[in-house]
Amino acid sequence: MNALIIDDSRAMRRILKQIVTGLGFDVLEAGNGQEGLDVLFASDDIGLVLVDWNMPEMNGLEFVEAVRAKPEFERLALVMVTTESEPARMARALMAGVDEFVMKPFTPDILVEKLNLIGVKACVAS
Amino acid sequence: MPLTVTDIDFVRDLVVKQSGNILRTGQSDLIESRLAPIAKNAGLANVEQLIAELKRSRSPRLSDQVAQAVTVNETSFFRDVHPFNALRSRIIPDIMKENAARRDLKIWCAASSSGQEPYTLAMVIREHFPTLSDWNVRILATDISEKMLDKCRSGQYSQLEVNRGLPARNLVRFFDRSGSVWTTKQELQNLIDFQKLNLTTAWPLTTQFDVIFIRNVLIYFDQKTKAEILSRALRLLRPNGYLFIGSAETVIGLGLPLEREEIDGTICYRHANR
Repeated sequence: MNALIIDDSRAMRRILKQIVTGLGFDVLEAGNGQEGLDVLFASDDIGLVLVDWNMPEMNGLEFVEAVRAKPEFERLALVMVTTESEPARMARALMAGVDEFVMKPFTPDILVEKLNLIGVKACVAS
Repeated sequence: MPLTVTDIDFVRDLVVKQSGNILRTGQSDLIESRLAPIAKNAGLANVEQLIAELKRSRSPRLSDQVAQAVTVNETSFFRDVHPFNALRSRIIPDIMKENAARRDLKIWCAASSSGQEPYTLAMVIREHFPTLSDWNVRILATDISEKMLDKCRSGQYSQLEVNRGLPARNLVRFFDRSGSVWTTKQELQNLIDFQKLNLTTAWPLTTQFDVIFIRNVLIYFDQKTKAEILSRALRLLRPNGYLFIGSAETVIGLGLPLEREEIDGTICYRHANR
């Protein structure tokens, strides 16, 4: 099973990669929402997406809206990992189809707890 | 300078006498870090001087502060989520049928620490049981620590605390944000009563509860104290009530009239022969 990490910060992608690799996922990466869509549409084994909100070209919310518009991605686990913490904006992202939020800064435990909340379990790396 | 073994043993004895809690070995760093603010507030230079003062004066006020400070209070919202799922899927619906005539629901969190557990219960009730809005629903949150109770009452949590275990939809619905501080909404606070209570001394409680949570606190007591606390809790549990202890805790060997029941992946206990 693959996880897709979308963040314009290479350092943040590295941190997230380390955590989800530890859970048994293979990791694909993208630097913005548009790149993320390209990777997602080209792969058939992505079960989890961790996406930042504020990114150039296409932001995280636009990415989520584009993904949820396609019925085949209805069940894809989408988690926003972001500095965004304005309740009204978070509510908007939830309405758009985000499954969970992790607010930066966070610890590995926090991310794992949030993944557990939405039923994403550790898997055996393929 | 690190605390001496004698000093640590003294604190350990004092904490057992004050609160019944047993400090594990290897907790000298925790003791030192939690006692340092007490030493400072008492006008003492360091933790060694605080311990010397306690040995000399046996001050009840200082002793109480020390016992409260080293009582572990690590928790999170929806900690070990299964009991809350069980409440939602079966227990509260069953209680609602059972209590339909008197229209009340009483829950006790016996070691509420910084309040995440009672607020989680309040969220479950408000989110999933709108018909309880005209019932008399009360959650009693008790803790040995005044400091923790003050935090509970304030309903204020840091971003790190609300990041832990709390579903985003609950955060958005039940909290207000001001900078990096998140505060529980009045609709949750209105359900909860806060009260100081030491599990090892007399309990000024007469209420009968439908659900009692005594989670992740029994591990700090010896078998005899554990049995005594649970036996007293059972006397406050309604005949068809439910008792939850921590997922890593057990009642085996305590000789209590309890029946184990598994609901939605979690274990709870009920009166045997009910």
